[in-house]
Formats: sequence, structure tokens, C-alpha cells
Amino acid sequence: MLDPETRTLFLETTHKFVNETLIPAETDVSETDQIPADIVKQMQDLGLFGLSIPEEFGGLGLSMSDEVEVAMILGQASPAFRSLAGTNIGIGSQAIIFGGSDAQRTKYLPDMASGALIGSFALTEPDVGSDAASVKTFAHKTDGGYILNGTKRFITNAPEAGLFTVMARTGEPGAKGVSCFLVEAGSTGLSVGPCDKKMGQRGAHTADVIFQDCFVPDDALLGGQEGTGFTAAMRTLDKGRLHISAICAGAARRLLDEALRYASERQQFGKPIAEFQLVQAMLAESQTELYAAECMIRDAARRRDAGENTGTLASCCKLYASEMVGRVADRAVQIFGGAGYMAEYPIERFYRDVRLFRLYEGTSEIQKIIIAKSMLRNLDS
Amino acid sequence: MVSGVAPDFEEKHAMKVLVPVKRVIDYNVKVRVKADGSGVDLANVKMSMNPFDEIAVEQAIRLKEAGKAEEVVAVSIGVKQAQETLRTALAMGADRAILVIAADDVHQDIEPLAVAKTLKAIVDEEQPGLVLAGKQAIDNDMNATGQMLSALLGWSQGAFASELDIDGDNAVVTREVDGGLQTIKVKMPTVVTVDLRLNEPRYASLPNIMKAKKKPLDEKTAADYGVDVSPRLEIVSTTEPEARKAGEIVGSVDELVAKLKEAGAI
Repeated sequence: MLDPETRTLFLETTHKFVNETLIPAETDVSETDQIPADIVKQMQDLGLFGLSIPEEFGGLGLSMSDEVEVAMILGQASPAFRSLAGTNIGIGSQAIIFGGSDAQRTKYLPDMASGALIGSFALTEPDVGSDAASVKTFAHKTDGGYILNGTKRFITNAPEAGLFTVMARTGEPGAKGVSCFLVEAGSTGLSVGPCDKKMGQRGAHTADVIFQDCFVPDDALLGGQEGTGFTAAMRTLDKGRLHISAICAGAARRLLDEALRYASERQQFGKPIAEFQLVQAMLAESQTELYAAECMIRDAARRRDAGENTGTLASCCKLYASEMVGRVADRAVQIFGGAGYMAEYPIERFYRDVRLFRLYEGTSEIQKIIIAKSMLRNLDS
Repeated sequence: MVSGVAPDFEEKHAMKVLVPVKRVIDYNVKVRVKADGSGVDLANVKMSMNPFDEIAVEQAIRLKEAGKAEEVVAVSIGVKQAQETLRTALAMGADRAILVIAADDVHQDIEPLAVAKTLKAIVDEEQPGLVLAGKQAIDNDMNATGQMLSALLGWSQGAFASELDIDGDNAVVTREVDGGLQTIKVKMPTVVTVDLRLNEPRYASLPNIMKAKKKPLDEKTAADYGVDVSPRLEIVSTTEPEARKAGEIVGSVDELVAKLKEAGAI
């Protein structure tokens, strides 16, 4: 845990970077579908890629409580920026931290912490999403390694990635037959499809990753053990869900700030629309729900830091925060009125951007199933 | 020039740069005047490093990176909380810091002369080759400390620097003056106050913020330097700027002229 003084300085610096560098570049990123190289460099220099990577590997090794505070600030800028560093902070590095061998950690984590190497997490397939245990990409054991065949879909940062954490089947059907491989970009037989055309989050890229007789050596197997892939994936998503929840809270904060400022300036019937109670109701509902999400996220993060198993709480946070930001975005459009529908205001862009939060790293429906299953399991015991 | 400094100044001394930094109300904060008019309300308000001082810290670090300075020492004189401001300087790249506690109340501003006297005592102790200060603090815009310090030390000064180069025993300072730019050469050691266009300060990186905690920060009091910091100036009143009045849309030039005449503006 950071001491209060360091934490304040840390968060203020992040805030300043978000306000002075990231937010002014949003329109450009959205129009060009590309984050300018100098901003990527600044993100690297600032240390954003290494937030969650342990200090011994050149990262900052933040506690979950500290990480969610940073994420709540980063989330206030367009999600594209967060997304670029997001895989290194979350799903692209966590499996290696949790389950990698010493050699694998030493080889990849320092470059991930600096941002020189972008990590990407490849679980989803054309026929496999929520049902993660039924991964079809196959890894066939051969002399000195494995041969991978299959297609991964919607893989975040695939075009930028230098390393893929790939879930592939090595054994029996079901969760126990899934293994996790660290596959470097440029491996023979690995190709990345064209960037997907998405509803929003322009500047953040997803693409298919295709394996055609792609050979990986034995030491690419995570932790040197077969059959641990599903567990690695679930543990990774578990932590990632708290991070995404905090990003949702950040986006909601931004939307609400924009809506509040607009409501206090926009005049109708001779006074600012913020003086009308129906507009006030929208502001108050958004503020209340945002506060609830922040409290949930901070509580879950604190309990995770204290060693509690927070898988279910993380799902509660992800479910609530992603749905909450959808409602806050909808109200923000309503408060902006016609202007909220126009692309010249950030509201329209954010409205599309935040829709993804209810889908990836586990849909809202999957979160509900996880939560309810855990409730029922505890009832039995 | 102060006596006793040899011409081969630079070779004899590994140059140290002293950078005074002030904790001020953040430039993004909407300032509110206290009800009794005695000043600006600072209770629970976001504070940060004076932006001009940030530029001075950046310049000092650049001198060090260019091999023209050996050590960067940041100093702050004020309340205990100024420690946070010094941590920012350390996180940006200063090597160590000195905190001089001179007040308990965040509302007590230490006046330029008291700050300059304290800085003189620190300069006597630390023997820097260069004092790099912000040209003024954005809270009271005094624009006096650097000049006073130069006078107290008997050192040369270059105020409002928009460019700075160290050339042997001299500093070449480009100053932003009313008529344009003026370039002067001053003897080292010297006091330089920096203007807005000198550089664009870096963000303290997150790893460096964590490392800053381990850098030395000495805590002193004004009494340690024998300086009386009690106020010599009296603030008579503080008022908010007059609020901008709502405009009016006119239909024609004639109407505009009529309105202006009505208002006595033409």
C-alpha cells in the first residue's frame, strides 16, 4: 500500500496527465483510430503500463486499492488510452504473474512494465466466449513443443501485441483440458487479422489471432504445466473485473462532470436547465449510483488486499459498475439534449464507448450467474 | 560578485543548484475570498507547487542532465504541508530537499523579505552556484523574493528568464522584458528567476514518485536560521474581481450606437 502522501502525489499526477494530455487528444484519437506515438511514449514514461506488475520486475506493484484509484482517474479519459495499457496492467500480464515460471517472469515482465512489450490475452474464439471452458484452439504435443491450431476472436491489442497469452486445449474436453501458452508475435504460423470495425472505442484495437500449425517450444507453456489454463484465465479475469469496474466509475465521473457543467450553463426558459427539478433528478440519480459503485469497488479492493477471496464481489462490482455507467451515459445524453446526439461533444462518443463494458471480461449475464452460483454454493456448505 | 569566489569557479565547485518552491493554491481552483476579507480561503482547498517554481525545478534537472550541475536541492519555506510540494520536486528529479517550517496556519503567508533572508542563510550553508527561482508566486504575485535574495547575497541576478545557459563562470540569461527579449551575461554565482516560456515541466513519473519517498528531506524551522518571519505588511482588504455582467444582443448598428451613447461609452 502506498503511504497517503505518495498516493496523493501519484493520483494528482495521473489526474494532471489525464486532464492536460489525454482528454485534449481524444478527438484526434477517435478520428484517426490511433493514439499518437508521443502520447504512448508519455504513458510509458509515466509508468502506467507497470501499475500491477511487481516491483522486482520493474513495475510499481500497486495494491488493488491503489490500482482502482488510479483506474478511476484513467477512466475519465477516452477508454482507448486505458485499453492500450490495460492489457499489460490486467489480462495480458496477470497470468504470467500468477502462474509463470521464474524464467517466464524474468523474460517478459520487465518489458511489459515499461510498456516496450504489449501483452494480449487470447481466450475468446468464434464459438467460445462466455463458455470459456470449451476452448477449441488445440495444442498438439510434438517433439520439443506444441503445435497450435485455431482462431481467437476480438483480441484486444492484438495488432500491437508482442506476446499473447493463449488458452488452448491440450487434453480432455472441459476446463481441465485447457492449457495456457505464451506465444510471441512473429512466431511462424501466427497471424493477426485486420482490425475489427467497432461501435466505439476507436483508437483501441481488436482483431482475430489465427494459429495455423504454429509451433511453440515447451518453455512457452505457462508454468510448465498442462491443464492449468482455465484456472489461470479465471484468476486473471477475477482481478481484471475490479479494474474494469473502476474504469467504469471513472467514465461515469467524466460523463457526470460534463453533464453537470452543461446543465449549469445551458439556458432554457430564461434560466440554466440545472435549476429544473427533472434535470436535477437525473444528476442526483447518477451521482448516487456512481457513489454506490465507488464504495463497492473500494470495499472489494480493500478486502482483496486483506487476502479475502473476492471473486464474487468482483463480479458484483463489474455487474453494477458497467450497468451504472450505461445509465449515467444515457442520462448525460438526455441532459445534453440534441447536443448529446452530436459527434462534436464527447458525450456521444462516451455513450458508445461505455457500451462495451457490459460485454467484455464477462457479460452482465455471466456476472449474475457467477454471483448466484456462489450464493447457492455457500448455502449448501 | 561576492568576495572569495575564484574565477575558476566552476572547476572548484561541483555546482549545486538551489531551487526554492512555494506551496500555493492550485491554479485550477476557483478562488474564494474569506468572509472577513482578510485573504483567500485556503481551508480544504487543493494546493500544489507554484507553476513558475515547477519550471525552475525542471530547468535545474535539465542542467543536471546536461552535466552542468551536480546536485539539485529544493527548498520550501512555509507550513509543514509544504513537504508535499517538496516531494513533487523530488519526484521530478531533485536530489534532496529542505523544509523550513515558518508557520502553523495555512493562511499565514511568509513575506518575500523573510523568505529571502531564510534563503540567504541556506545559501550560506549550502554554497550553491545557482539559485533558480520562479519569477513570482501565483498566489500574491509579489515578484520580489529572487531580487531580494540577490541583494542580500550581493550576487548578480537575471530575472524573467526565458532562456538560460551556463557558460563557464557566467550565466547567459535571455529575459522577457516589455519591449521584447534582452540577453544578458551575469557572473556566477547568481540568482535567476524563471518565466513561463523557459521550458515545459515534465510529469513526475509514477516510479519516481515512489522513489521520492526515499530521498532525504531535512526539516528545519525559521528559528534555526535566526530569521524573524512575523509579517511586516498589513493586508487592508481582499475583494473578488467584479463579476462580468450579462451582455445584450442588439439588432442593428444604430441600436448598438444608441446603447453605447446611453451607457456614456461614446
